[in-house]
Amino acid sequence: MMDKLYNPMLMKEMKLRFRSFKSFSGLLFYLAVLCIFITGFVLIATDFKGHGYIEPTMSYGLFVLLSIVQMALVMFITPGVTAGAISSEREKQTLNILLTTTQSSAQLIIGKLLSSIAFIVLMLVAGLPIYSLVFLFGGVSPSQMITTFAFYFVTLVAIGSIGIFFSTITKKTIVAMIATYGAMIFLGAITAFLFFVSMIMTQSGVAPIVGGYLAYLFAAINPGALIITLTTPELTQVFQEMTGVTLPVWITYLAFYSTITVCCLTGAIKKLRTNMKTQR
Amino acid sequence: MIEITGLTKRYGDFYALNDLHLTLGDGVVFGFVGANGAGKSTTFSILATLLSPTSGDALINGKSVVREPAAVRKEIGYMPDFFGVYDQLKVDEYLDFYGASYNLKASERKKLIPELLALVNLTDKRYEYVDLLSRGMKQRLCLARALIHDPNVLILDEPASGLDPRARVEMRDIIHRLKDLGKTVLISSHILPELAEMCDEIGVIDNGTLIAHGNVAQIQAELQGDAHIFVELSYGLEEARAFFERNPLVSAMFVDHAAMQLQFSFSGTKVEQTELLREAMLADLAITSFTEQKKDLEDVFMAITKGADLA
Repeated sequence: MMDKLYNPMLMKEMKLRFRSFKSFSGLLFYLAVLCIFITGFVLIATDFKGHGYIEPTMSYGLFVLLSIVQMALVMFITPGVTAGAISSEREKQTLNILLTTTQSSAQLIIGKLLSSIAFIVLMLVAGLPIYSLVFLFGGVSPSQMITTFAFYFVTLVAIGSIGIFFSTITKKTIVAMIATYGAMIFLGAITAFLFFVSMIMTQSGVAPIVGGYLAYLFAAINPGALIITLTTPELTQVFQEMTGVTLPVWITYLAFYSTITVCCLTGAIKKLRTNMKTQR
Repeated sequence: MIEITGLTKRYGDFYALNDLHLTLGDGVVFGFVGANGAGKSTTFSILATLLSPTSGDALINGKSVVREPAAVRKEIGYMPDFFGVYDQLKVDEYLDFYGASYNLKASERKKLIPELLALVNLTDKRYEYVDLLSRGMKQRLCLARALIHDPNVLILDEPASGLDPRARVEMRDIIHRLKDLGKTVLISSHILPELAEMCDEIGVIDNGTLIAHGNVAQIQAELQGDAHIFVELSYGLEEARAFFERNPLVSAMFVDHAAMQLQFSFSGTKVEQTELLREAMLADLAITSFTEQKKDLEDVFMAITKGADLA
């Protein structure tokens, strides 16, 4: 039974990843960034006096800030972890040997993806004690935290799949990295910009209905907008009134990122042994 | 058993491999020799299911590389000409990973790893990191890796390239042991004498076309061409030259006055060569030496590949 569940690629990647100094330094960087934000927030909240009190509403603000920072970190770190998955094997001249083993393309790709996800999940879990500081001050429910983490997971799987797809279709890791970060810029920044343009279209009356739909669409695929709608339900209501779309943003987000995951993984699996096409 | 029929790989107008036909029996060590870019690695990549042919097919133990690549992968062990290793894995972890990649059970892998390390003389390196091994050791480790699922056919692309003389000898000994184990081994090299030492059969490929195939002696005999005769005299060089030039089988005469030596090509048989010498003795030529210079394998290789280029 264990032999059937054993994914050699996953086990090998875990060994290599956790023996590497890069992984340790990545984890350190991630925790340091979280600590800097929390310390800064507490210092501002106590007027740099080192004593005072934090209101539950302020604690909630810390939760929102941390959630957005953590999502940004997921979007920043995941491409770095996944974009070299296949191309680095090609660069190290180990890919051809792997392709002559009896492991299927799906096993290889899924093993690579799972090992990358495992590392980022470790980061998220390692950050939990810092994140949990918000519970000290009250104002945040565990269910909100679980929902937020569930969407981190959906996002990192999708971004990981994008990284692995680019890593499979490009020969060089640097190219895969640039392409994946390009996709992140589109999802994180360009969609935010287009959202504001669409909102202006709606509010100025140029194209109120189409503008509303477009604004909803761009917000629904933007991870930052998702975190805001998840953590601030009152904003969700305002947003629904402005765009005229009542479908919760998280449903569209989930559908969109699940589709990206499936398409990218399917593409990567098909492209991995691209030179061994069946004769026509 | 390997049966290659009409294997062709074309990139646009360029034929990397052109209509290759080859049949190899079980337990044969076959050497594939050719210059860089001749088509050896292309052939091996197709046999290893890494590249699809433009046309033709190859059957490995009855399984088609085109239609059943997954089944072929179980039959072959492949060692590429250039390969990397995972630096942060230990030698036994490296083999364990590839064993698992061939779906071997953990208990089987545990038993096999020491046996394979003994076969390639790396037992004492079992718990060392792979990146600490020398190039020769890495080559042997890669060979052990290719053997982990006990394949019948081994495809070794330039296994001795970049190795020092001692490592080459070790690699040759291992290949002899593999032959004793009944494996069919395909080895490529651009050095014909190196292959001649360890192969039962040799194929010479040039510009994607197989131009000779057989055992080493056959190929040497087939491709030897005209005999190159050296005659040394104590005096009467011009008289001897006139005598030999009268023979219609003699050509390309070269006279070395300082060394009192004649060199010429002779297109006749061994018997005709004997007759020529006998006539020369009867003609009272002052011959002190009459020898045929054998071409070595390297010369044969150079001659045939050059010939193919000209064709």
